[in-house]
Amino acid sequence: MIMIFGIPGPLLFGQLLLGLINGAFYAMLSLGLAVIFGMLNIINFAHGALFMMGAFVAWMLLNYVGIGYFPALILAPLIVGAFGIVLEKTIISRLYKLDHLYGLLLTFGLSLVIEGLFRNGYGSSGLPYRIPAALQGAVDLGFMFMPIYRGWVVLAAAVVCLATWAVIEKTTLGATLRAATENAPLVQAFGVNVPRLITLTYGGGIALAAFAGVLAAPIYSVNPNMGTNFINTVFAVVVIGGMGSILGSIVTGFALGVVEGLTKVFYPQASATVVFVVMVIILLTRPRGLFGKAA
Amino acid sequence: MLEIKDLNAWYGESHILHGVDFNVQEGEVVTLLGRNGAGKTTTMKSIMGLVPRREGHVTFKGVETIGMMPNHIAKAGIAICPEERGIFGSLSVTENLMLPPIVAPGGLSVDEIYTLFPNLKERARTAHGTRLSGGEQQMLAIGRILRTGAKMLLLDEPTEGLAPVIVQQIGRTIREIKNRGFTVLLVEQNFRFAATVADRHYVMEHGKIVDMIPNKDLENSMDKLHEYLGV
Repeated sequence: MIMIFGIPGPLLFGQLLLGLINGAFYAMLSLGLAVIFGMLNIINFAHGALFMMGAFVAWMLLNYVGIGYFPALILAPLIVGAFGIVLEKTIISRLYKLDHLYGLLLTFGLSLVIEGLFRNGYGSSGLPYRIPAALQGAVDLGFMFMPIYRGWVVLAAAVVCLATWAVIEKTTLGATLRAATENAPLVQAFGVNVPRLITLTYGGGIALAAFAGVLAAPIYSVNPNMGTNFINTVFAVVVIGGMGSILGSIVTGFALGVVEGLTKVFYPQASATVVFVVMVIILLTRPRGLFGKAA
Repeated sequence: MLEIKDLNAWYGESHILHGVDFNVQEGEVVTLLGRNGAGKTTTMKSIMGLVPRREGHVTFKGVETIGMMPNHIAKAGIAICPEERGIFGSLSVTENLMLPPIVAPGGLSVDEIYTLFPNLKERARTAHGTRLSGGEQQMLAIGRILRTGAKMLLLDEPTEGLAPVIVQQIGRTIREIKNRGFTVLLVEQNFRFAATVADRHYVMEHGKIVDMIPNKDLENSMDKLHEYLGV
């Protein structure tokens, strides 16, 4: 057996892969949070609950309507994204003129309500969601066996993150979005319907969370708390990457997943806290985060 | 083309404009002169719908715009070049130039804008709009609204803090776009510059228009003007 730093190779690579998978979820969730924070100036505490909704909608599509995994990967983000748009239009948009804290409190409350409703309806023990047949099994990479579904999650997350980054950095729509983040009134004075752009941005960020939720459904059981488990770490990722930085949240998300995975191998006791230790160090040395811009 | 009657505007509790009245005819270049704090920039922002609260009448091409959102006012054909220039640092020079959507046919092409401002062509690949010099940022801020097809331009102190050679270039640009049939409302501190481009001058004091001076009478009104502007 190969040994690396006194650790058996398969154990090391296995944890590395687990770290990458967690990192993929951190990246997708913090990316959505970053986009939403940039446009709406709201720290969306409901993000974890909407991620969970993505998984539940995929489960419901399968069990009530018979719609399988791959269509759900498209449909669930559309459904949950539409729900996000309704939330923004009816409730969240009323808070833009108030202090940040109100948005934080409102979205936190929303997440409690959404999670409570699902707990009421489906209990908190978790519902199984089978890995689709096409993605079952494992491949031998030579140095380890990799479950195909886990490789697929990392790949799909990376593609979706890069696509989101490309839309924001390379397209006209993205340029309008970046400009509105800097100076929304002026962009509106050029003829852009900024309120609609804000609504669509929120819907897009939520759809991203729901997509992550569908990817997560076969790995973690579908249960009302699945978002809460992730979201605390994701907020630390956002702080480390730099509030509102697109590339920062992607890179930091994957990197911190790997850091967490490696910590599990070398010093398991610290694996639950390592992300927060990194956050403290970053806040002390670079308060704007790794990729944050100076004011 | 633009008719303003009894325009009032507020920022929170402060009442800034107290019944502004003036008009701009199609094809004219009209300036708003006045001391700092007289309400010139607030008038520009009020026309564009960019103040928290405004009342009165702003009629553009016969359409009342006082209740309209800024994006609808822009679509009606008014474009603003704000005092702080409003160049976006997270956008490249080209992205800044292409940002304002086309609202009507008849705007300048990108090549025509580059002919007016050759510097912009040289700097087109600059990754952050705010890396440009002050003069280049001003050219970009004017150039990008010439593209949109809006024929009524609000230019808020386009010469502020710029070198004389760039001020001349901006003067030439204003005369050129006037020849092309654009209508311009210009806020200026520098009335010597204003005299080289404008047809008429309105003088503002304490949130009101207090006088109107046709450009041909400017020479004879110097004493009055010095008193208004405190120079």
